[in-house]
Amino acid sequence: MQTFEFIVNGQQQTVEDVPADMPLLWVLRDRLGLTGTRFGCGIAQCGACTVHIEGNPVRSCSVPASAAVGSRITTIEGLAAPDGTLHAVQEAWLEHDVAQCGYCQSGQIMSAAALLATNITPSDADIDAAMAGNICRCGTYVRIRKAIRSAAAALRMRI
Amino acid sequence: MSVLHIQKFDRRRFLQLSGLTGSGLLLGVSVTHSDTAHAAAETRVPSTLAPSAFLQVSRDGIVIYATQPEIGQGVRTSIPMILAEELDVAWKDVEIRTASIDATRYGAQAAGGSTAIPRSWNPMRRAGAVARAMLIEAAARTWNVSASECRTRDSEVMHAASGRRMHYRDLAEAAATLPVPDADTLQLKTRDEYRLLNSRVRTTDGRDLVSGRPTYASDVRIPGMLYAMYVKCPRIGGKVRVANLDAIRSLPGIVDIFVLEGNGDLTELKPGVALLARDTWSALSARQALRIEWDEDSAASDDWPSTLAKARELAQAGGDGATGSDLIAERGDVATAFASAKKTLQSTYSYAFLSHAQLEPQICVARPLAGGAMELWPPSQTPQRAQTVVAKLLGVAESNVTIHPQRLGGGFGRRLNNDVACEAAAIAARAQAPIKLQWIREDDMTNDIVRAGGLMALQGALDARGRLTGWRNHQITFSPDGKRIVSGGTLRAEEDFAPLLPAVRITRSVLPWSSPCGFWRAPGASAFAFPLQSFLHEMSVAAGRDHLDFLLELLGEPRWLPPANAGALNTARAAGVLRLAAERAGWGKRLPKGRALGIAFYFSHTAHVAEVAEVSVDAAKHISVHAVTVAVDVGPVVNLNGAESQCQGSVIDGLSAMAAQQLTYRNGIIDEKNFDRYVLRRIGSEPRIDIHFRQSDFPPSGLGEPVLPPVAPAICNAVFSACGQRIRSLPISAEGFSI
Repeated sequence: MQTFEFIVNGQQQTVEDVPADMPLLWVLRDRLGLTGTRFGCGIAQCGACTVHIEGNPVRSCSVPASAAVGSRITTIEGLAAPDGTLHAVQEAWLEHDVAQCGYCQSGQIMSAAALLATNITPSDADIDAAMAGNICRCGTYVRIRKAIRSAAAALRMRI
Repeated sequence: MSVLHIQKFDRRRFLQLSGLTGSGLLLGVSVTHSDTAHAAAETRVPSTLAPSAFLQVSRDGIVIYATQPEIGQGVRTSIPMILAEELDVAWKDVEIRTASIDATRYGAQAAGGSTAIPRSWNPMRRAGAVARAMLIEAAARTWNVSASECRTRDSEVMHAASGRRMHYRDLAEAAATLPVPDADTLQLKTRDEYRLLNSRVRTTDGRDLVSGRPTYASDVRIPGMLYAMYVKCPRIGGKVRVANLDAIRSLPGIVDIFVLEGNGDLTELKPGVALLARDTWSALSARQALRIEWDEDSAASDDWPSTLAKARELAQAGGDGATGSDLIAERGDVATAFASAKKTLQSTYSYAFLSHAQLEPQICVARPLAGGAMELWPPSQTPQRAQTVVAKLLGVAESNVTIHPQRLGGGFGRRLNNDVACEAAAIAARAQAPIKLQWIREDDMTNDIVRAGGLMALQGALDARGRLTGWRNHQITFSPDGKRIVSGGTLRAEEDFAPLLPAVRITRSVLPWSSPCGFWRAPGASAFAFPLQSFLHEMSVAAGRDHLDFLLELLGEPRWLPPANAGALNTARAAGVLRLAAERAGWGKRLPKGRALGIAFYFSHTAHVAEVAEVSVDAAKHISVHAVTVAVDVGPVVNLNGAESQCQGSVIDGLSAMAAQQLTYRNGIIDEKNFDRYVLRRIGSEPRIDIHFRQSDFPPSGLGEPVLPPVAPAICNAVFSACGQRIRSLPISAEGFSI
């Protein structure tokens, strides 16, 4: 059992008595109560658990928490600005009303946000590559693509 | 946004933030929608207008109680919209809260069979109209004018002659004192008067969904809750003989471990070993060390490769005189139709067993209460049924089982059964502690209640003019006991066009299958549309006919097919969507070599749907689906945005299922245990999806299911026209094709 320290959504977090091999997903969900990051497959196939570590999208079900110690972690709960202003991707998701059941959408949004953090003019191939790790069982891909294009356009306007 | 809504948001935000500060401690409390809703739903104050349980209008705001489980089909938005339309309320003024499952207050609640909208249509319209009439009457009395001189719009009653207007909120108290009128005396709106229905409204809870706020059964946290897993036999029906419980009990983080016997019903409580831990990972880690010796004497030994071979033999033998074949329907002189035919064809089609694979694995929080009572948060498509089966399992009165309805992370029919609620209740009752039972994906795949596969051996006869004059279908399906056909495996005669054909014979052979099978999105139709609509295309090709003409001829004169009511196939509606899809897709247009259109129709869940696919096929048998044109007749469209979303999703789901999904059973063991082997479609190469509604005043149909069935045959018919190869197995990967 170990004690881990992370910066989660801008806040310093100390989590005690953690099994050394516990994936980040279960630290977030069971210990920190951040249930917006969701469990789908446990083997990094579906992407429902996608979070950012130092800005990079990772499947938190398959990353040991020990590997994230001292890192800055962003979950879906921390994507909006501290004043509540939504991220451009979240706004676009609402504009295009992407969600059906909605369960995968935290992970979809986190992957899309990571893509647009480094590329605000993504091609279809860029979108396919960045979103390939995220499954939507309801089949909302048409709207996901439109929403990413909208968010990219909104971010370009801010430059 | 109403004041109430803001308060609710702030409270939730506060709880969420307070949860953030707790390091290593369980400070979270349950903050699901339903909890706040339940408390409020039972609270009545005289100043609130609440002529039905579905609505409360007060000075504080306008609340509509959303009934029916939300599984992604959009009913938390669309059903309240129906009430809001008749109430003539501005949608922005409405706060949606979740109704409790109390059947005496809210009636039956279930998400299945695309029935939520049809069932809710009249009750919601009447509830809205009654409240509106009372608000008008209250205004009329306040102004001392006749109610007939008053109009409503956007949450206000208006008196044109005097220019006076009052908001519903300000009329509620007066309206609440008035007698409730009989809804039969009220004039409901006609379709041309709709302002909200058939418009594009966004999903209720959208902001919660994009912000990751607690939304699902998965997100429920209650004080002191333990994290549970329940390990069942890899071969369904196996029982626990012995397990290394003592060794596991001493592992880090493990609180308790015990065996449950099961209740004998494989769709409720199977035998297994329950692990209780301080977090999910401790339970999962201990599970790796768990050694269980199973008694597999009565476990399933289903085997798909050998069963498929046996089914093909039966199909070859034909329905007439084959061992154990049952007659489903017979009409006309089939023998003569075939004997006198200009041309006959026969083909055998197969479709695989499928998993529901809803993205949220099964999960349920349960809390034992005093006196044997139980409180549960299950992701159920049938929450009222959950209450019944859990009460029966625990041997308590239904009133001692409290169910908090949840938004579901997908359903697709999987959660019509309440096995996870039964397991959670049994574990919590035995442990006498609140628990969260988490299934891992492997539990979900191997303990699904699956979509049964099957075969159809089809024969058709054409006369000299290329008309379909005879039809034989020998269906191969399954039964656990030789009597009851698996759910979703029963072909109804009217589903196989029997009423349309002059001579038809439909027979069925039944093979044994013991793993539980159940309803999967568009039950029956999602399996049968592919063979039936593909073989019809084989017939029109053999006749040298245009397929659209051939289908329209088959439908014939405008009429209702049996049972000849508004829930039956109407040939005019069917022809209407076929013509609409064909026209919008450019049916008959010239396309380059290797590229073609295919068309298919299907009637299911009282919806008439036709689809045209435009595809090209390369030498490596890779299919590019460029476009799918969808024409739908569901009567009036409720939420145009939601309806379009369901159509888009159904096309993608249809593509996903037909491409490579199958469950392979070998001696009772499923090979596909996770998404590495069970392939769900990812983003990329989505077809252009064009959606057209043919609206009418027929009663509305649901739209969560009926767009899916025509997808596979439309695409496979197009593939044949593009490359000359007929696909007769699903998934198409079985024949070397990919999408």
